[in-house]
Amino acid sequence: MVDRTIENFECGHRACGGCGAATAVRMILKGAGEDVIVVSPTGCLEVFTTPYPETAWKVPWIHSLFENAAAVASGIESSLKKQGRNEKVLVIGGDGATVDIGMLCLSGAFERNHDITYICYDNEAYMNTGIQRSGATPFDASTSTSPAGACSMGNKHQKKDVPAILAAHGSPYVATATMAYPTDLMKKVETAVNTPGACYIQVHAPCCTGWGFEGHQTIAVGKLAVETGLWVNYEMVNGTVKKAKKVKRKPVEEYLSVQKRFRHLFKPQKNLEEIAKIQAIADANAAKFGIDL
Amino acid sequence: MKEILEGSHAVAEAARLCRPQVISAYPITPQTHIVEALAQMVADCKVDADYICVESEFSALSACIGASAAGSRTYSATTSQGLALMYEVCFNAAGMRLPIVMTIANRAMSAPLSIWNDQQDSISLRDSGWIQFYAEDNQEAFDLHILAYRVCEDHAILLPAFVCFDGFILSHTYEPVEIPTQEEIDAYLPAFNPYQRLDAQDPISFGMYATPDYYLEFRYETQQAMLRAKEAIMKYGALFGEHFGRDYSALIEGYHLEDAEIALVAMGSVCGTVKDAIDEMRAEGKKVGLLKIRCFRPFPGDEIAEALSHVRTVAILDKNISLGSKGAVGLEIKDVLYGSDIDVYDYIIGLGGRDIRKKDIKAVVDLAEKGSGDMFYGLREELL
Repeated sequence: MVDRTIENFECGHRACGGCGAATAVRMILKGAGEDVIVVSPTGCLEVFTTPYPETAWKVPWIHSLFENAAAVASGIESSLKKQGRNEKVLVIGGDGATVDIGMLCLSGAFERNHDITYICYDNEAYMNTGIQRSGATPFDASTSTSPAGACSMGNKHQKKDVPAILAAHGSPYVATATMAYPTDLMKKVETAVNTPGACYIQVHAPCCTGWGFEGHQTIAVGKLAVETGLWVNYEMVNGTVKKAKKVKRKPVEEYLSVQKRFRHLFKPQKNLEEIAKIQAIADANAAKFGIDL
Repeated sequence: MKEILEGSHAVAEAARLCRPQVISAYPITPQTHIVEALAQMVADCKVDADYICVESEFSALSACIGASAAGSRTYSATTSQGLALMYEVCFNAAGMRLPIVMTIANRAMSAPLSIWNDQQDSISLRDSGWIQFYAEDNQEAFDLHILAYRVCEDHAILLPAFVCFDGFILSHTYEPVEIPTQEEIDAYLPAFNPYQRLDAQDPISFGMYATPDYYLEFRYETQQAMLRAKEAIMKYGALFGEHFGRDYSALIEGYHLEDAEIALVAMGSVCGTVKDAIDEMRAEGKKVGLLKIRCFRPFPGDEIAEALSHVRTVAILDKNISLGSKGAVGLEIKDVLYGSDIDVYDYIIGLGGRDIRKKDIKAVVDLAEKGSGDMFYGLREELL
């Protein structure tokens, strides 16, 4: 096991107080160890860590563009291989850069099975540009481009299942995790960087600014996502689900009601019909992964 | 050794002899023969490179960025739509000061779709911070790749370069090409020595963002590097001459220019046709010459102004059009000759692979003599 006391993500960066992504990245770097090169696409993480001439990264780090992190990582891996070097290549990018605009490069890198680990910190919308919906935005969430209104219940679509898509590419290791369970997250990162081939981890990273909750509630919100079954922590090894975290499930209302992005489901009056649709998503997750205790 | 080679295979040989460690490319006509030849060389262990078969041109150049930043010499090749798909990656590679060399087998831009030659593709990236070389023949295409790596990797430069050669006209044409040995190339082009690289032993951050307090200076520094590249091309071009007997110390070339009254200005393979046409016009007593531009970025403006200072009329052959304005080369020439009393005429010619023959060159000269220019040449009036 790597030394968990290492701190390669310097404090003093410019993330919001209570940023789920920042906590996630600190844990990710503890899991990845010292010999790592990090690639970040454009996004919150890139912006709050590297305003020239400051950097929060104590490991080598590169940002190129919004949609090309997986391709840049492919090139780095190829370059290191040719030089006989053995640093691990790690991408840490947001959900917009991963599941939407970076999908082409991501698919290519996984099809070619480069020895890289791609970690998506999933805060479920384009936060850096002002909370617009992405392919990872959950059903009924109100965002600035899927706003709730007189004839809208927010985002009309369910999250794109990118872990399943990458598992279908033949990825040896695909996992989901959340910053609310740091030990599990660090362990999964360590497994991924030590598994040859293209590995993927999608990390639930609550965004207090974009989701509408107080910064001190981040861990609690992250836990509620798992406890309600709206987020499932699991591992897929060679395409087969090996382990999924079991929970004594709470009603989805407990997760939804603490976030402003779902406020329209409760005010001016509780919308039981819509909440039932979201409960059905959690029920389906529970049945699919067998998480009920 | 002199070999009869297809242009694409000459370019692939040049790339091989430069010992790239990472090759990343996506197939597109008329570039395909280059990347196929390199793939076969990798398969036959004739080049010790990792060849990444990417899923798009966008990823091809993005992978080169990663590979170069990690400390490897990188190579790619593309054209037209593929280059357009790389648009933002091109700006990014230059801004990050990565000395990537990429061949452009020049081809027209869609729509309408055309696989045939003009130079709109690379010209459209003229502001991206890439050095741009244009080859007249396959020997020059071969040589310019070797020169490009030498210039780009100089720590005072650190810029990427396009080596442009005309699609089909050169890429699919067989010509005799002098191919030096690996030892001869190695004696001219040292192993890649990155100025800085991604390295866990010495962590640095690449590609940080710049606020308005810093951005302007980054752009200025890149412009200064581009201006220094002119001197570097002269220096390494002269050194190339010492090593291989072909001197590239000038960014431009003249053909019967010294006593010319009318000067044609052109880039790329059409220069060969122009030279033949000039021979015939000279035999008829017409004092016509050619100014060939081998390097479009950095633009050798002072050298061009000097070389054209004595002529009466300039006729520019532009295989591109900045729609709503003029041809890109014409605009540059008019800029450097501003204030002179030379008549300067621009001709948009040969777009989408339309043949440019000797008689067309002569017709352009006739038009310029009559004071008729800044026009499309060779339009089929019956289609309009």
